[in-house]
Formats: sequence, structure tokens, C-alpha cells
Amino acid sequence: MHRLALILLLFLSANGFSRNIIVGKNQPVSSIRKAIEIAKDFDSITVLPGVYKEGALQLTKSLTIIGQNYPILDGENKYEILLISGQNITVTGLAFRNSGYSALNDYASIKLVDASKVTIAANKITNAYFAIHVSNTSYATIKNNNITGTPTSEQLTGNGIHLWKSRYALIENNTIQGHRDGIYFEFVTNSTIRNNHSEKNIRYGLHFMFSNDDAYLNNTFKDNGAGVAVMYSKKVKMENNHFDQNWGPSAYGILLKDISDSYISHNTFYKNTVGIHMEGTSRMTIERNKFKENGWAIKVQASCENNSFQRNNFTGNSFDVGTNGSLSLNEFSNNYWDKYEGYDINRDGVGDVPYHPVSMYSMIIEQNPNALMLLRSFTVQLLDKAEKAIPSLTPENLVDKKPMMKSLKL
Amino acid sequence: MMKVSKYVLYDILRSKIVLAYTLFLLIVSLSMFNMEENSSKAMLSLLNIVLIVLPLVSLVFTTIHYYNSYEFIELMSSQPMSRTRIIISEFAGVSVSLLSAFLVGVGLPILLYAPDETGFALLLTGMALTVVFVAIAFFASVRSRDKARGIGAALLLWFYFTLIFDGLILLMIFNLSDYPLEKITLPLISLNPIDVGRIFVTLKMDISALMGVTSALYKDFFTSSTGLLFTIGIMLLWTVLPLWLAIRRFNKKDL
Repeated sequence: MHRLALILLLFLSANGFSRNIIVGKNQPVSSIRKAIEIAKDFDSITVLPGVYKEGALQLTKSLTIIGQNYPILDGENKYEILLISGQNITVTGLAFRNSGYSALNDYASIKLVDASKVTIAANKITNAYFAIHVSNTSYATIKNNNITGTPTSEQLTGNGIHLWKSRYALIENNTIQGHRDGIYFEFVTNSTIRNNHSEKNIRYGLHFMFSNDDAYLNNTFKDNGAGVAVMYSKKVKMENNHFDQNWGPSAYGILLKDISDSYISHNTFYKNTVGIHMEGTSRMTIERNKFKENGWAIKVQASCENNSFQRNNFTGNSFDVGTNGSLSLNEFSNNYWDKYEGYDINRDGVGDVPYHPVSMYSMIIEQNPNALMLLRSFTVQLLDKAEKAIPSLTPENLVDKKPMMKSLKL
Repeated sequence: MMKVSKYVLYDILRSKIVLAYTLFLLIVSLSMFNMEENSSKAMLSLLNIVLIVLPLVSLVFTTIHYYNSYEFIELMSSQPMSRTRIIISEFAGVSVSLLSAFLVGVGLPILLYAPDETGFALLLTGMALTVVFVAIAFFASVRSRDKARGIGAALLLWFYFTLIFDGLILLMIFNLSDYPLEKITLPLISLNPIDVGRIFVTLKMDISALMGVTSALYKDFFTSSTGLLFTIGIMLLWTVLPLWLAIRRFNKKDL
């Protein structure tokens, strides 16, 4: 029977068709390593259920590896399980567990180096240092993966999906939790991140550094140590994302640092300590977002300029806008603020009195965070009212001249 | 004792002031929930009522009631009944009437429109503050025979607890900002029942902002069940202590 199968295999390969190598305990080929060795370009390998402890595997041929019912590839806490360095490679339906940890190397469950057109789909990765590590790769597609880390400390835990110096990547429908950063981008251009769910990571749900012309859409970032950080980047599109319950002294829905010409729209910021924190940010458009029940909806540092905030809904936030200086070079217009107390005589839906979203008390807290324990105190409310009448501490030109009377339908 | 409390309660209900107070609270709460677009904003206004109006009404009403029923108290003292019992039954009568006013006026609307964690925290705070300020008012009014002086003292106490205390705290935070203040703020806050109640409610209402506090101590303390126990404990202390002082004073007093 075995001989027959082998002959059949040889026949198929000689025939010039791509062949399918089946790997399993009772099959002629019982190890994935062997299967990769004998396979030729454009062959496919089907891995039957079981536990495979094969150390570090390397894949350089254009192969498709398909797992049936999630066969387990165990790294025994020592090895980098799968290294991919080639093109036209697909890896799908495998379960990776226990990849090794190293202080010197970024060990990963799946590592892509100098590859292109690689698809990593529908895999389960547990207890990894780095789960998927991609460097110098173009056209990588990473989708439908389920990644669960074992969070320890920032130093001992790697990133869920880590991309470095890559182009045209697509990260889609992944669930990532318990890593250092859920998704990490450094020097990645023209890439898209969409429909991912990143939660309970130690540091950031999504971390962008020096990555231009990217988009992230429809993602949910929830309960991460510090929310989402987008730094030193240009032309990033952020749309329809949910930023939920990122709580802590330095946790933000989005932290924007030295970023310019980007677009933030239709996002929902719900119950974050700070919805958007902006530092050294310029020429951003922030429109049609919902800010709901955040500590601070937006914190704009004085180092930001030419940003425009339009048609956003601010409801139930403890503070609408916080800032650290008296200068403001940003434009607010046509937003709905639930704390607005003005009137609309000509009934055009736009309030006739400008709204100053920065309260005196938020300036006080900026200088002296200990004062936060007086939140909602009668004394503080009186001070705020006095400041509204005769502004002295709050920046006078941080103002919405056209506040909406009713909340916008977003 | 129950009998005396019952008479006190009848007396209060007959004067219709408590009825008016109940109606006032009910109308204000209902209109807030109906006028505001989201219930969280209505809760914010209700919090202001609970923190400002409730202590004021409790203080002033109790003081006036004490002086108005002074003759009744004198009459009771001539009966074979200890003075401690008289004060406690007076306290119980006033507390029950004001508590029921609060529960109908604010409790019902909250149960109808916002029966969540914040709502229950607000109810608990309101009930505690009512009882605490009734006790404080008894302490203030037992001390002086003159009605005007008693009401003046009550108003002054209200000013102190709602405005002056927080002003002093703010001043302290600014002048001593170079020192590690985290450890002493908690004991300081417990010196004012209104602040304890306020922080207890805002921890439900503004949890996102308060999580920005750098002091881990403060955060752990109030978010765990210790926070609830602490709040209840401090409020109890603030009820028992003034009441005990009032009783001690009243027992020695030449009526």
C-alpha cells in the first residue's frame, strides 16, 4: 500500500502537476521537515492532526501548507517554529504553540524574512514570544489568525503581529490578545489593517512607528495597557475603529506623536482615560468621530498646529478638551458638545454663542494632577463658572465658533 | 421610644414642609431625566442636588424642627424617660421623614430612568448624607438656646462642608505640591462627608478620568470593595459622632 502511494506520488510529480504531500503519523511522510524537503515549488502539503515537535523549520520553496483540524506545531519553548523566506507561500490552518524565548533574537512562531506574496491565514498561535514576525517583506497577507499570548512583563513578551520594513501588507480579521503590542508597524508603507480585534495587550493595541501611507479600518482596540500609538508617521488613515476602555495614567484611545497629514474619521472613543492625545501633530483632519464617556475626549498639547476638528460628537466626557498652554493653532468647528449652554435664535441648528471646550479646572489638573480628587466639587464648579464669565487661565482662541445645538447623526 | 418617634413623624407630616420637599425633589428629578438627551447628564445634575441641596435642607429643616418642638421636648423630659431616648427618637423621626422624602423624590426617578451602578451609588450617598446632616444639625442646635443662632450655625456648617473645605483642600494641594500628598489626601477627604460621597459617586460616573490618577493607592482603594466599606464606615462615624456629642451635651443641659 505504502509503495503504491509512493509510486502514485512520483507519477504525479513526473506529470508536471503540483502534487499534494500528506503528512501524518501513519502516512509515508511523517514529518513536516521531510515533506518540505521533498516538495517542489507549487506543491502543497496537507498536515493531518497530531502534535509535531520538529524544532525550527525553514521554508524557502513556493509551497502551500494546509493544516487539517489544527495540527499542533510545538516549539518546546526553545525553537523558532517556522521561518519563511521565499515567495508565493501560504500557511493555513495550523496551531502553533510554545515558541522559544530569547533575549538576543526575536524568536517568533512564524517569521517572515525577505519574503513576498506570503499568506498566513486561519492559524492559532498560543504562548509565543513574538507570534508573527515579518521583516523586509512585501505583499504579506495575514488574516483570520487567532493569537493569544501569555502576558508577563514588557521585556519578556513580544508583539502579536510585528512588521518591520515591509510594503503592501494586509492584516485582516485577526484576534490578538495578551502580547506586548497587538500589532506593531515600523517602517511599513502602503499597508492596510482592518477588522482586527486587539485587546488586553500589555502595552499598545496597535503601535505605528515611521510608517507612512497606511490605513487602519474597522478595528477594535479594547482594554490595552496604553491604547494605540501612532508616532512619527505621515498620511495614515484611521476610520471606523473602536477604542474602548483604555484606562490608566498614560493610557490613550490614540496617542498621536509627531504625525502629520493624517485622517481620523468615524471612530468611536468610549470610556478611555484620554480619547486622543496629540503631541507635535500637524495638518490632521479629525471629523465625524464619537467621543463618549471618556475622561478627556481630546488632549491637544500646545505643540500641535493646523489640525481641524469638525462634526464630532462629544457626550458624557468628564472633560472635553485639555491643553497645556495658552496658545492654540487648531480649528474647532461644527462639533456637538453636550456641555454647551448657548442658544440659537435664528434656528439654523448652530449655536449663536461660541463654546470654549477647555474648562479652568482641566487647566488646573494639567498643572497639578492631585487636584483631580476635587472633580465635580461645588467649589470647582463655581471656579469654572467664574472663568467662563471672565477668562484668564484658559486659552481664548481654543474655541468652537459654530457649536451644533443637536448631536450629529454619525 | 417608638411611640415618641411616631409622634415626631406625625408632627412633621402635618406641617407639610416635608411633603413640599418631596414634591420639589420629584419634579426636579423627573424634569431632569426628561429634559436631558442622555441620562448621564441628568445624573450629573442630580449629583449636584444630592451634594448641595440635600445637606442644606437636612440641616435647616432639622434645626427649625428642633426649636419648634422645644416645648414638646421639655414636656417629654418631665416624663419618666431618659434624655438620650428623647434625642434619639427625635433624630429617628426626622431622619425617617427626610429619608422617605428623598427615596420618593429622587429614588423613584432613578429606579425608573437610570437603575445602574451610578444610580445606586447616588442613592446610597444621598441617604447617607441625609442622616449625617440631620445628626450634625442636632449637634449644632443642642448647643444654643437661641433659634437664630442655631440656624446661623447650621448655615455656616453647610458653607463649610460644601464650599470652604474644598477651597482649603485646593489651596493645600497648590501650596504643598512639592510634597507627596497622595498619602494624606485620603484621611483629609474623610473629614468631609460630602467629599466622601462625591468621590464614591464620581468613581462610578467618571471612572475613565479618575483612572488617570497616578496614585495607585487611591485607585486600588476606591475601586475595590474596601472603598464601599470605607464610605459606609466614614458615613456611620459621621452620624454616630455628632449624635453622641449632641446627646452628651443635651444630658448635661439645663433646659
